Amino acid sequence: MTATAEPTAAAPSGSEPLLRTADLTRHFRLGGIFSHQVLHAVDDISMEIGEREIVAVVGESGSGKSTLVRLLAMLYRPTRGRIFFRGRPLESLRSRRDVLWYRRQVPMVFQDPYSSINPVFRVSHGVMRNLTLHRPELRGAARRAEAERVFEVVGLTPAREMLAKFPYEMSGGQRQRVGFAQALALQPRLILADEPVSMLDVSIRAGILNLMAELREREGVSILYITHDIASARYVADRILVMYGGHVVETGSADDVLADPKHPYTHLLLAAAPDPREPAAVDSSAVAGEPPKVVNPTEGCRFRARCPIAVDECGRVTPRLHAVGVGHAAACHLAPADPGWPGGSRDGR
Amino acid sequence: MPALLEVRGLSVDYLTDAGDVRAVDRVDLEVAAGEFLAIVGESGCGKSTLLFAIAQLLSPPAELAAGSVTFAGRDMVTLGERELRHVRWRDYSVVMQSAMNALNPMKSIEAQFADTMRAHARLTAEAIHQRAAEVLRLVGIDPIHLASYPHQLSGGMRQRAMIAMALLFTPQLVIMDEPTSALDVVAQRALMSQIKELQQRLGFAVVFVTHDMSLVSHYSDRLVVMYAGQIAEAAPTARLFERPLHPYSRGLLDAFPSIRGPRRLLTGIPGSPPDLARPPSGCRFQPRCPVALPECSVRDPELRAVDGADVRCLLYPAPAVPVVPAVPVAEHRA
Repeated sequence: MTATAEPTAAAPSGSEPLLRTADLTRHFRLGGIFSHQVLHAVDDISMEIGEREIVAVVGESGSGKSTLVRLLAMLYRPTRGRIFFRGRPLESLRSRRDVLWYRRQVPMVFQDPYSSINPVFRVSHGVMRNLTLHRPELRGAARRAEAERVFEVVGLTPAREMLAKFPYEMSGGQRQRVGFAQALALQPRLILADEPVSMLDVSIRAGILNLMAELREREGVSILYITHDIASARYVADRILVMYGGHVVETGSADDVLADPKHPYTHLLLAAAPDPREPAAVDSSAVAGEPPKVVNPTEGCRFRARCPIAVDECGRVTPRLHAVGVGHAAACHLAPADPGWPGGSRDGR
Repeated sequence: MPALLEVRGLSVDYLTDAGDVRAVDRVDLEVAAGEFLAIVGESGCGKSTLLFAIAQLLSPPAELAAGSVTFAGRDMVTLGERELRHVRWRDYSVVMQSAMNALNPMKSIEAQFADTMRAHARLTAEAIHQRAAEVLRLVGIDPIHLASYPHQLSGGMRQRAMIAMALLFTPQLVIMDEPTSALDVVAQRALMSQIKELQQRLGFAVVFVTHDMSLVSHYSDRLVVMYAGQIAEAAPTARLFERPLHPYSRGLLDAFPSIRGPRRLLTGIPGSPPDLARPPSGCRFQPRCPVALPECSVRDPELRAVDGADVRCLLYPAPAVPVVPAVPVAEHRA
């Protein structure tokens, strides 16, 4: 498989995107040193994130989405494939200065606001540290003013009082805002948000989702939003990548993917999203099963065991992402290819 | 027919150095045999404390301050530990929030099941093994996993094992404290369907606590919305989703995005629940309420019957006028 033949999850711009991956792959060896068991956590992902774009990666626990975000955060090295940030390959970042440069532009916001903020310091600590480390040009009063500014941007007002609080004095939603403030202090280009709302009460999730949309508008950052909840992905994201068993199985604009899902797994995710405004459509069999641990995979679709419409071919040939509409691609043998669009031929031309 | 579970005027205090904090305030509940009752509300609204009070699991500094809990005709509050032992797990069981923490990581599933059964009944090893395998099959787990340790199971399987454990003695009531909150949406949905299927098949009643109202929309018979230790609204589930009366219920309903229809801006519920050591004057929801009236900060509303529901809100004046209330709420939102 070559990068050029693959229709990537392309942002609709011609120039080099903010971040791009080419056949990004990460395997983990399981067991002892002589073990031949290899877990395929992420396989051959080619995706793009544009400027000022919110891209959601949706999938169940075990679909590989957290491994993907850790690869992008340079916490894991890819087994194969490359990541380009503004055209620059990440493996070329070797010096501490270069790595700091990248980490400053692509910070991460973590899932659990209760364990990702140091409880013994005031919440100003994380923000001030980020400013000291990454923006040494700011000193004294200017540094303090910038800390207050980012707190105000994320809605922690009055900023002066909020900065002086300890984490235990804040609610979960406020702590998650501290996480975003810490990221924002770096003047980032892309925030990697790994399930930022899944630990929060439903009543305050909307506030954090709205905050992400606001940060894009006001600060011009892009956001990679990792979630298992396709309804929230639709609410906040421009584009959606659906992951299953380490593969991207469907990608496209949020509207296209939700209005006209092509992959049976996307159908499953939609069926699982609770919607009290609709009658219950599925019984438990429709959402039964769990994502596989992809160990030493053979050729074939990784979803076939749970797929209600699987055919013989699914056990023999791994489906490749192919275009099914404008900027809309699916990796399913039964999703009709759209030959009218580039990459529309099933064999990847 | 008398209710299976009847809670009257239940209040729970946390005794702290700074004074007593009332976490549950005069709660009345009734659960019929085979009924699915959901209790919803944000973190810190007292719903877990209420469950613990019902299950007689309160431990200091929490203390039952007032009220009664009658389960299957017995007054649970006056039962001693020894008598409780015969009721617990055999007649009612509890599924805790985090299976990861509730299961012992050092013991196989079968050993944990056996412990539970021996604590509440005298059974032969063979009978224990039989029953353990049977309940695992009930929740769709291969009995081969009796020998598994918790870390060898996925999150969804661990939660199902917890439910299997709760069913060891075919209880009449299963109390569940956010059993799905650590799971992803797909596993949540699968687990909810399974709970409902089991409930219909085995006929036990469920009291289910959650902060996610959308989760129970298709499964519960009745909904109780709690805020700051009090019942804000109680109604049949379909009725409450169709026409929420309390502004807080409305806020909870408007908090999650839909996968269909036009994208609307979600507001959630700004602010957070009050510190129960210093509850606000008047209505406890008034500081966050989008439709609060001046008198809301003065008068403490009572729970009263309005149009097929019980609601604690001054928008619904004493002589229930069913048409009036919906209008100011809708106008304010528009």
